[in-house]
Amino acid sequence: MILAIEAHRLVKSFGETRAVDGVDLAVRPGAVYGFLGPNGAGKTTTIRMLATLVEPDSGTARVLGHDVVRDADAVRRRVSLTGQFASVDEDLTGGENLVLLARLHGYSRARTGARADELLDAFGLSDAGARQVKTYSGGMRRRLDIAASLVVTPELMFLDEPTTGLDPRSRNQVWEIIRALVTDGTTVLLTTQYLEEADQLADRIAVVDRGRVIAEGTSGQLKASLGSGALHVRLGEPDRRTEAERVLSDALGVAVHLEPDPATLSATVSDPERVARALTELSRAEVPVTEFALGQPSLDEVFLELTGRPVEEAEEEEDAA
Amino acid sequence: MTTTAIKPAADQTLRSVLAARVEDTRPGALSASLTFGWRALLKLKHDPQQVFDALMFPIMFTLMFTYLFGGALAGSTHEYLQFFLPGVFVFTVVMLTMYTGVGLNMDVSQGVFNRFRSLPIWRPAVLVGSLLGDAVRYTLAAAVVVGLGLALGFRPSGGVAGVVMSLVLVLVFAFSLSWVFTTLGLVVKSPAAVQGVSMPLLFPFVFASNLFVDPDTMPGWLQAVVDVNPFSLTVSAVRDLMDGTVPAGQIGWVLVACAAIVAVFAPLTMRLYGTKPSADAV
Repeated sequence: MILAIEAHRLVKSFGETRAVDGVDLAVRPGAVYGFLGPNGAGKTTTIRMLATLVEPDSGTARVLGHDVVRDADAVRRRVSLTGQFASVDEDLTGGENLVLLARLHGYSRARTGARADELLDAFGLSDAGARQVKTYSGGMRRRLDIAASLVVTPELMFLDEPTTGLDPRSRNQVWEIIRALVTDGTTVLLTTQYLEEADQLADRIAVVDRGRVIAEGTSGQLKASLGSGALHVRLGEPDRRTEAERVLSDALGVAVHLEPDPATLSATVSDPERVARALTELSRAEVPVTEFALGQPSLDEVFLELTGRPVEEAEEEEDAA
Repeated sequence: MTTTAIKPAADQTLRSVLAARVEDTRPGALSASLTFGWRALLKLKHDPQQVFDALMFPIMFTLMFTYLFGGALAGSTHEYLQFFLPGVFVFTVVMLTMYTGVGLNMDVSQGVFNRFRSLPIWRPAVLVGSLLGDAVRYTLAAAVVVGLGLALGFRPSGGVAGVVMSLVLVLVFAFSLSWVFTTLGLVVKSPAAVQGVSMPLLFPFVFASNLFVDPDTMPGWLQAVVDVNPFSLTVSAVRDLMDGTVPAGQIGWVLVACAAIVAVFAPLTMRLYGTKPSADAV
């Protein structure tokens, strides 16, 4: 089987900054592959190398069996990229954008109009098709951007943070589009800052930090390695937090973190049974609890667990670099 | 638009749109360039303001120089208009070439540039296409200048043929000069900065020429500069053409200057185009 993406030791530096520092990837065709990490982790640069927009400093990558440097044209014909910022022409209408791309993809004059209408219709943009893109909302823009990438259905689609900055409804629409794409046989490489998004869509996830892949697996595997969820407890009396920390860590058998909010504690746990017991212990110690939640670990927690430092710190380091 | 825009009924439409895999026949270099030319015209259609902005300057200059300085410079306003109009004709089009760089820079900052770059098409098509679109703008502006000149009393003895040949020559010159600005458009950070850099770059060339005045009264060293300035060469050729003669030698030098500019700046632009990381890098 030919892998959709196969990368070995990819490296790219911008000046002093090593944006991508030896990334290895093996992505099977026909699935969604999630690339998860904070801002500045090197996600976009990796995608741009795979989509032939930037040449790697060293390392090799094959996309759908073609080398991204030596055979860039063959790669370009088979993939499409939707970046973080809409890559459509703001001055043209939605319809004109699609017609323009259809022509550039070699559609006959007669077919271009029909294809543009078809796409507008499928993406819920028929009514807005004759309006200039600069009048569109964020969600509409993003949908048009994805439609523009699908003028010719690609074998592999790169989606760089497709839902960053979208409202929940628009986000769900984009998720539907991605699911439909994969059902249809397109491979999708998705970058995201949100664990929830990777969890909802991706079959496999790579967690990236400082230009390296620090963990890889299915969402289930990743979570199992972290424990099944995150417990958050909020106390009625903040000054009893130290006591609560001791009670909880004894009952849960794991380290308990003190959150920035002085009344809140959190812990990564694997066994819901123990959570119930730990909360009982708290009430037996008469520590008042105003709120508790057991949920999926957030990206922050995944990060803390994998790297030993929170996301904000990672982003600050990137800024400093 | 309703909340069911995508789901569930439209899900079917979406699938069928995705299923329509089309044989991807690559458009040729010419067809791709013409498509980008069409894009430039659409932009003009959506924002006709651009044309008016571009015309304000030459109209102001023609009126101001003719009536304020014309008498002093050439004895009478009519005499000066006869001398000056071919110059302002070149000036108008040359000033517009600057916007090619501004437009390209805008594409880069919008991110649409990345999409074009990732298409499997002849790479210079984006640039050649916008230059083709610009040619329409140049022609419009040139027509307005000639029209204004005629209304004020300018009489080209070369007639329609002379004016048309002048236009062709100026378009060739402008097309070549545009590559300087596409290079700038890829180097400089923002569209406004492109304009800021281009103006001071153009002005010495425009003024150290025979465009506004006869260089006879200038100091010798400056005359030497004026004589080899490609603007002067073009203006002289246009003056002769509008006057009814065909200055083969003069035109030859203009074409040599054009070839030299393209030979340096077109490859430079394409190099930058191929490697430039865009706004959303890292």
